[in-house]
Amino acid sequence: MKEAVMIPEQYKQIDFMKVKKKQKRVRFIKGMLFLLPSILLFSVFLFYPMARTLYLSFFLTDNSGATTVFVGLDNFKNIFTSPIFLKSLQSTFLFVLYTVPGTIIISLFLAVIANEKLTGIGFFRMIFSSTMGISVAAASVFWMFLFHPTMGWLNQFLEALGFEAIGWLTNPEWALLSVSISTIWMNLGFTFLILLGGLQSIDSHLYESAEIDGASYFYKLRRITVPMLSPTLFFVITVSFINAFQTFGQIDMLTRGGPQNETNLLVYSIYQEAFKNYQYGTASAQAVILFFIILLMTLLQFKLGERKVHYQ
Amino acid sequence: MSKVELWDISKSYDKQANVLNGINLSIEKGEFFVLVGPSGSGKSTLLRMIAGLEEITGGTLKIADQVVNHLPPKDRNLSMVFQNYALYPHLTVEQNILFGLRAKKVNKQEQQERLKKATAMMGLADLLKRKPRELSGGQRQRVALARSVVSEAPLCLMDEPLSNLDAKLRAHMRIEVRRLQKKLGLTMIYVTHDQVEAMTMGDRIMVLNDGKIQQVGDPITLYNEPANLFVASFIGSPKMNLGKAVFVNQMLKVEDFLEIDMGSITPATKIVQTANLTIGIRAEHILPAIDKEATHELEVINVEQLGNETLATFEIGTELWTAKWLGQWSIKVGEVVPVHISKDKLCFFDTDSGRLLKATSPTKETEVIVV
Repeated sequence: MKEAVMIPEQYKQIDFMKVKKKQKRVRFIKGMLFLLPSILLFSVFLFYPMARTLYLSFFLTDNSGATTVFVGLDNFKNIFTSPIFLKSLQSTFLFVLYTVPGTIIISLFLAVIANEKLTGIGFFRMIFSSTMGISVAAASVFWMFLFHPTMGWLNQFLEALGFEAIGWLTNPEWALLSVSISTIWMNLGFTFLILLGGLQSIDSHLYESAEIDGASYFYKLRRITVPMLSPTLFFVITVSFINAFQTFGQIDMLTRGGPQNETNLLVYSIYQEAFKNYQYGTASAQAVILFFIILLMTLLQFKLGERKVHYQ
Repeated sequence: MSKVELWDISKSYDKQANVLNGINLSIEKGEFFVLVGPSGSGKSTLLRMIAGLEEITGGTLKIADQVVNHLPPKDRNLSMVFQNYALYPHLTVEQNILFGLRAKKVNKQEQQERLKKATAMMGLADLLKRKPRELSGGQRQRVALARSVVSEAPLCLMDEPLSNLDAKLRAHMRIEVRRLQKKLGLTMIYVTHDQVEAMTMGDRIMVLNDGKIQQVGDPITLYNEPANLFVASFIGSPKMNLGKAVFVNQMLKVEDFLEIDMGSITPATKIVQTANLTIGIRAEHILPAIDKEATHELEVINVEQLGNETLATFEIGTELWTAKWLGQWSIKVGEVVPVHISKDKLCFFDTDSGRLLKATSPTKETEVIVV
């Protein structure tokens, strides 16, 4: 019996802890190797620029972007007292308020009707999602023609109906709305596609069961479709929010921030500050503020929205 | 309670070949009717047509003496339980059960009364505030049943409701569903691919294959007198042993391997005259030659010990035959055992048409029951 209990000599010499530690180290290095490409790319194109922006926001710079004087938080103080920046902040919030609900409601409507099983529905699905394939620049040119004060179809249509022509992009009261309309149109494709995907993943048995129970169309829409779609809706809203805050292309193409800074959204304001006025310091400060606004809004959404979202 | 009648029902998709053909059927009030068949046989489609979820291509469907072909599901006065239960994941058990009543705007007090009755019956009273994802498979199943109970519809349709449960729970729910149906006096149409479920639950069974009715009848009839080869091999576990056979003088030669003495069979009978014959024998009719004289000696190629019974497999030409013997038999693979095969226990089928020519002689069967 004694012999059986004794550990053979050859096993005694293996230090299990040491072997395990070595295996762990090898695994860690392997994992890091897999991550290396993304770490490298993110560092060069994301982490470094972010750190650099934060750094620049505390300085004044010369034309080439080299730091000259350390001013601490002065850049932030200055922009918050600048009426142009405050105006830009207000426009941005208004723009978000116009575009996000607009995009979501219209594309939800389109997705719901495109989810019906009808012959030829594929054609409509393609049409509804087609704006996803159009670049912001192309779409802006297209809308510029529509908005044209005299030649534009919109004004010609209004005049044909006997209304007065509207200065879509030149009238300060209309400019932001016009840009919002074109933005909604541009975002429809993506939002529509995601929502349609969400709708199609809802189990059809739920609807069949409701049908047998005698639920009406709108009852099903309210009690099944919307709650079941809530994770998708939440995703789409969050993404739309962030996109709206970061809008740049259509502003540059359609209005260049005018008239009277009505459409001077944050990102466009940053662009002007940095590359027109060569104020890299204040531009960086604005960028930092934009970052925190988006961060805060997204966190807020998660806090408020998550409670109403039903994950499976 | 309502009677369901199907007159020459057929179904085809996009004007292609029919997936269901000439279904004539009458389901009585309060009957537990089982539709059984392999997957793709059209049984679920037929059920969905009765429910109104699927368009009826041809024929007439009557529920409670009313033609309902044109009516939407909600006007057919029925309830349905789906295979995946179709519970709303975002609603609590209570909201799930009351979903239909709320949609129909039944008054609040009555809703609560029906809820109380149904939950008491299904033992769900403690789970009302839970979400479906917090329930076990069996509990979800009960919620789905409760939903069908509160609707108080006289006709209940079930589409493979037990196939997502484990074997133990399934056996238990079989009894529960059956009891519920009897208690409420529901007319039940129950779809399953599991022949055990069909046999144990149904008052009557319809076997469906390739969109055609194979046989309709009570479980025992289906087992003893399968109308054709398909039913013979589908109903019963283990399945009926089948083999091609030819008459050589008074002997029946099965798969060129087994010879069975047919005694004094008259050459004029239908069986003898059929060119291509297939015979079938149930596993429990291949007896160990203990009390009876051995008719054959067969080599065992596999043994399954189930505890209360023993399954022995033999190779008969190209076919594998299984014998089911009560009790524990210590036989080994490769052993040659003497067995008794009685000519009275054979079923005869026409190989070409698949139809039954002669079933097992029932006389001895009844004797056994009497004794």
